[in-house]
Amino acid sequence: MALIRWFDDSDNLSQMERHMEQMQRDMGSLWSFFRPFSSTAQVGVFPPMNIYDDGESYIARAELPGVDPNDIDITITGDTLNIRGKREIKQLSGASSYHRRERKSGEFKRAFNLPDKVDSSKVSAGCKHGILEIRLPRAEESKQRKIEIKTS
Amino acid sequence: MTKKDKKELEVSKKKEIEKNQGEPTREGVMYVPEVDIAENEEAITLYADLPGVHPGGVDIDVREGVLTLTAKVDSRKEEDKLVYREYDIGGYQRRFTLGERIDVEKISAKMNNGELTLVLPKAENLKPRKIQVES
Repeated sequence: MALIRWFDDSDNLSQMERHMEQMQRDMGSLWSFFRPFSSTAQVGVFPPMNIYDDGESYIARAELPGVDPNDIDITITGDTLNIRGKREIKQLSGASSYHRRERKSGEFKRAFNLPDKVDSSKVSAGCKHGILEIRLPRAEESKQRKIEIKTS
Repeated sequence: MTKKDKKELEVSKKKEIEKNQGEPTREGVMYVPEVDIAENEEAITLYADLPGVHPGGVDIDVREGVLTLTAKVDSRKEEDKLVYREYDIGGYQRRFTLGERIDVEKISAKMNNGELTLVLPKAENLKPRKIQVES
């Protein structure tokens, strides 16, 4: 069986998808989690994350409204990216009564295996309008390189 | 830290707005934001989770006792190739019927980290009007 990394450069997307479908058949439902293109993946872990590729870097985004960036802790240990934090919803003081309470407070943590093509020393993160964005630059050697064909 | 604070957050799937609330005139999916609504003697305060919404992208409309909250999401940044998806992106819309008379002039709104705080002060001079039935 050919070794496929799902995080691979995907100029041959359809080929990769075919491989993944094949693997899915081979391995049962285990791979369904990693099927990125069909529909929204169902994960039971907060926060849900989207991962983008702009050619230079992978960009992971998560919706974390109302979370203070100081309450988010991002660490890299080996090739594992850990995100943990908490969301606190301030309790109202005084004579307030609630009509609706749909938002929840609590802790969260997620972990990702970084693809080995990421330069983990250059990972950066920012938070804007409640969206956490983690930038995972590709390692130099994994960037696309054009090979000149020499003619003599 | 109490035991309650230790609770782990769970994923709640975004809910699309019901079509019977009126078809959105803008393209794209709209979601129902999660809100807290609190009331005290002076005001009704509404908190809404609007991740990805720029402060200028929030529109609040109060008329005939109905508050309509609409928020646009800047999707320009989503042009990069999506390689893995766990959540969907779209605007937000939700309507609320206001039980109290609101002083529309004094409504204030603030965005902080994708969280909207909307203060709707109760109108003092708009006391219930008694209608005399003539016989």
